[in-house]
Amino acid sequence: MERLDGNAAAGLLQEVFAREMTTAMETCASCGNEAVVATTHVYMGDIGTVLRCPTCEQVLMTIVHVREELHVDLSGVRRIDLR
Amino acid sequence: MAAPRAGWQSATLRDKRTETDRAATLHLLTDAWPGHRAGQHVDVRLTAEDGYQAQRSYSIASPPEDDGDVALTVERLDDGEVSPYLVDEMAPGDMCELRGPIGGWFVWDADDGGPLLLVGGGSGVVPLMSMLRHRAALHSGVPARLLLSARSLDDVLYADELHGLDAGDDELDVSITLTRTAPPDWPGYARRVDRPMLEEVAWPAADRPRVYVCGPTPFVESVAAGLVDLGHDAGLVKTERFGATGS
Amino acid sequence: MSPPFSRGFHRRHEAERADADRVPPGQYVVNDFPVLSAGPTPHTPLDQWSFTINGAVDEPRTWTWEQFQTLPAEEVTRDIHCVTHWSKLGTTWRGVAVDTLLQGIETSAEYVVEFADGGYTTNVPLDDLRDGKAWVAYEFDGEPLESEHGGPARMLVPHLYFWKSAKWVRGLTLSDDDRPGFWEQNGYHNYGDPWREQRYWND
Repeated sequence: MERLDGNAAAGLLQEVFAREMTTAMETCASCGNEAVVATTHVYMGDIGTVLRCPTCEQVLMTIVHVREELHVDLSGVRRIDLR
Repeated sequence: MAAPRAGWQSATLRDKRTETDRAATLHLLTDAWPGHRAGQHVDVRLTAEDGYQAQRSYSIASPPEDDGDVALTVERLDDGEVSPYLVDEMAPGDMCELRGPIGGWFVWDADDGGPLLLVGGGSGVVPLMSMLRHRAALHSGVPARLLLSARSLDDVLYADELHGLDAGDDELDVSITLTRTAPPDWPGYARRVDRPMLEEVAWPAADRPRVYVCGPTPFVESVAAGLVDLGHDAGLVKTERFGATGS
Repeated sequence: MSPPFSRGFHRRHEAERADADRVPPGQYVVNDFPVLSAGPTPHTPLDQWSFTINGAVDEPRTWTWEQFQTLPAEEVTRDIHCVTHWSKLGTTWRGVAVDTLLQGIETSAEYVVEFADGGYTTNVPLDDLRDGKAWVAYEFDGEPLESEHGGPARMLVPHLYFWKSAKWVRGLTLSDDDRPGFWEQNGYHNYGDPWREQRYWND
């Protein structure tokens, strides 16, 4: 399964945050690196979507569809700066 | 600028044009397309009669100026679930759902200026084509260069249109590299994109071009790394990675 | 309001119930071997690999790759079921039974966390790894397990959904309390029995 980037998760992120998120800056809670969401490392599969820090590869965010529900874990993100 | 729609809307196939043996452009019609920017994509959702759904993302090939037309160029993946349906089966009048337009990072507006360097691998050229069509529609003088990588000449998307744009525009240069087979007397490149090729094709780093690289992940990362090695500011190199595609 | 149908569209794998008592509810049989991941594929060199049992035990136990290869191993053929609805029947593996690894280990622990390179975890009751129900597998289909499928070694716990079989496994932490792993914390069922279709929380 190929690694993609934040652009591939743009539609899903818009479902979660109700706005365009690929231009937002996220700060990794593990290493403190700041990166544009479009540049994060994204692993998308039927089981769920995982966004990882492009510097340290720790999990930033996990998004899972459970039928009509969306479960989002943001514990890997310290801060999001929206443009 | 119209705000992007977060929800799904119904779409109908208006027309389908063959691009290559494995790719076609689908022109979709929706009730209320809010307009889009060059480089954005849509999510397409198909629903089978038993309720089974599948969803994929496709870049918009049409420029913002083609009012209301959402054109998607789709390449058939042999073991794919959605692309064979879109390329081979879907007929005018058939329906699907669209979500979008999506994306705010990998976009180019002529107002952003240039010079512009576009590097596309396989169907990675689709969003770049939207940018070039946008540029052409505005008769923009922004200097632009496209480097396109494909397996063979038969796999090059938009070959005729690109030739025409290149020939008719002094400020546009199109370079093609074929990675598997090239015809005899092929004047273009015939190998995978590498640093010497980038050095020949790209603007000098000192010109600070806006760069867009799109295609399969290994292609994108190799090209982006090559450009940064050549001195390009990583902050000016925007990348969009696709899943499996032909390059 | 239901979404519009796309005329002629159908799932790629028709839901064949070749053997209804072999295929749990909501599953379809595949012949390929899909790869799903939550992160990059690790590539731990064998000379740096080890397998450890730790936690609620008197003494942690560790095997190097060489030591692991000397443990009695067996070939097993099992059906596997992924929570994303695919099932693959008759898969063959070679590995060391968890029973073998637990021999001589005394513990009052009831739960286990499988931990792997890259940080993935999944939790399983200890009883579900015992009595011939689980292996640490390092061969698939007669060949060394490929890294994209979890090599050099992964867990094989075929009676549960396959996310409970951690790829790139490096050990088991035994514990008195149940600690939900990666997917269990993100919406997936804590136990994961395919025959009761326990895919998600509250199933």
